[in-house]
Amino acid sequence: MDFGKDLVAASATPLVLAILVEGDSYGYAIIKRVTELSGGHLQWTDGMLYPVLHRLERQGLVSARWRDSDNGRRRKYYRITKEGREELAAQRQQWQAVNDTLRGIWMEACAV
Amino acid sequence: MTTSSDQPLEEQIAQWRAYLHRRKGIHGRDVEELEGHLRDQLTALTDAGLTSDEAFLVAVKRLGSLDALSREFAREHSERLWKQLVMTPDADAIPTTSRAEIIVVMTLAIAAAVAVKVPELFGLTLSPREEVPPFYFRNATLFVFPLLAIYFVWKRGLDVAKAVWLALPFVAGAVFANAYPWQNGGVDNAPNGSDTQVLTILHLPIALWLAVGFAYVRGRWFEDGGRMNFVRFSGELAIYYVLIALGGGVFTGFTVMMFSAIDMNPEWFVGPWLIPCGAAGAVLIGSWLVEAKQSVIENMAPVLTKLFTPLFTILLLAFLATMVWTGNPINVKREVLIGFDLLLAVVVGLVLYAASSRDPQAPPDFFDGLQLLLVTSALVVDGVALWAIAARITEFGFTPNRVAALGENIILLVNLAVTAWFYANFIRQRGPFAALERWQISYLPVYAIWAALVVIVFPPLFGYR
Repeated sequence: MDFGKDLVAASATPLVLAILVEGDSYGYAIIKRVTELSGGHLQWTDGMLYPVLHRLERQGLVSARWRDSDNGRRRKYYRITKEGREELAAQRQQWQAVNDTLRGIWMEACAV
Repeated sequence: MTTSSDQPLEEQIAQWRAYLHRRKGIHGRDVEELEGHLRDQLTALTDAGLTSDEAFLVAVKRLGSLDALSREFAREHSERLWKQLVMTPDADAIPTTSRAEIIVVMTLAIAAAVAVKVPELFGLTLSPREEVPPFYFRNATLFVFPLLAIYFVWKRGLDVAKAVWLALPFVAGAVFANAYPWQNGGVDNAPNGSDTQVLTILHLPIALWLAVGFAYVRGRWFEDGGRMNFVRFSGELAIYYVLIALGGGVFTGFTVMMFSAIDMNPEWFVGPWLIPCGAAGAVLIGSWLVEAKQSVIENMAPVLTKLFTPLFTILLLAFLATMVWTGNPINVKREVLIGFDLLLAVVVGLVLYAASSRDPQAPPDFFDGLQLLLVTSALVVDGVALWAIAARITEFGFTPNRVAALGENIILLVNLAVTAWFYANFIRQRGPFAALERWQISYLPVYAIWAALVVIVFPPLFGYR
């Protein structure tokens, strides 16, 4: 399934924030998790995640720290902040509303 | 299976990394982050059974095209496209300057500021009500240049034996600036003031700047690129210094305005303290900024050169055309010779800074032709001026000022004549550009040597007039 660019861009923020709620993570693991969660439907160009993460960092929704991982490689770990959680809650409501609306109209279409 | 011991793969990664580093919006830390991602991906792919070559192709492809990637990065970090001027201890920035260096520079800047005030202990006071004693003018650069040399000795890790040799020119400078028995009137009131003293004031900095240059190139004057880097450094420092001075002027203005507003007169502070100490310290700070930023900021001197070379060419051609058209001879007055000296100095500066930013391998282009035109027209203009002066030199007699100005004119004229020859060769593709660059940098000591001659020989030669 091919997603439109705008939809991918719009869903990136809540998706990344939601994954970070599960625990601190780094770029590669986040991408893997996205693929896993979407059952492979949602394929991002890997590199594009990083500008998104940096934007979230600038907006204060996530904080970042360089840490050594178990295999000795240095990784930049991202952690969701309090503002990030609030933003996620807000976005969740919005997505819910969009979802409900679409579902409503599609159910009606089915019923006709 | 590990990927880290895989030699060809490491080379591929290194190449990819270097390629990424050249992208404007992507900084060192981002590259590191992306490389970590690439390596994780590689490990996963090779574990899944791909060869390292295949894995590399897939992993790079998945990261996305570099163009799109750097565009995204640039959009997110638009501030990076503007190179940052002040170094903040930002964790994300590549370290360009160390804490130790900041401490050394600050200490030296304060030392320079203090050095300016030391002579007051010996009764040579700076006061807003009196004229500045000529002592300060003669020694102006001696307060600062030795400290600047110390900075470079420290920064370049020069060994002490060589550093001691470097002290020699400064000691000599101090001796020749102060030992001669000039009649000490003020500098400005010509009847009492002496011409050769003014000459010393003007020429000593030029001679000592070469000594600073020796420290800059780690005492290895003839080694690759060092001298040209010193030329670049000098130009950038001049620009930084002017900028700092402008800021200092605003600061001084506010100091005066605010304290005057509460009926306090800050004159005693501004004249004797703020301006001289600030002027001395700013040289060190400016040098440090140039050093710290040399790889980050676009050099300004070559930009100004590109801007003013056409303008000066037009000026010289218009001058020549007007002179031919009207037949007006050059009216030889006292300042004319010095004026034409300055003109030649500007032209040499334009040539020098154009050469400093030019890729020596590039083929001749339009700008090189323009440079040749500039140099030739300057030669013709100066030739005419010299002719006019020479025709009446007997009438003038030989005063120290005229001999000094004439010597400088000849030195610059020789430089430009040879430069024109090299440029012509280069444009006709008979010789490399590097030859011209080599000529310019090997000529540098000539200016300093002439300046030293003026400082050392002229006062006794002309009886301390």
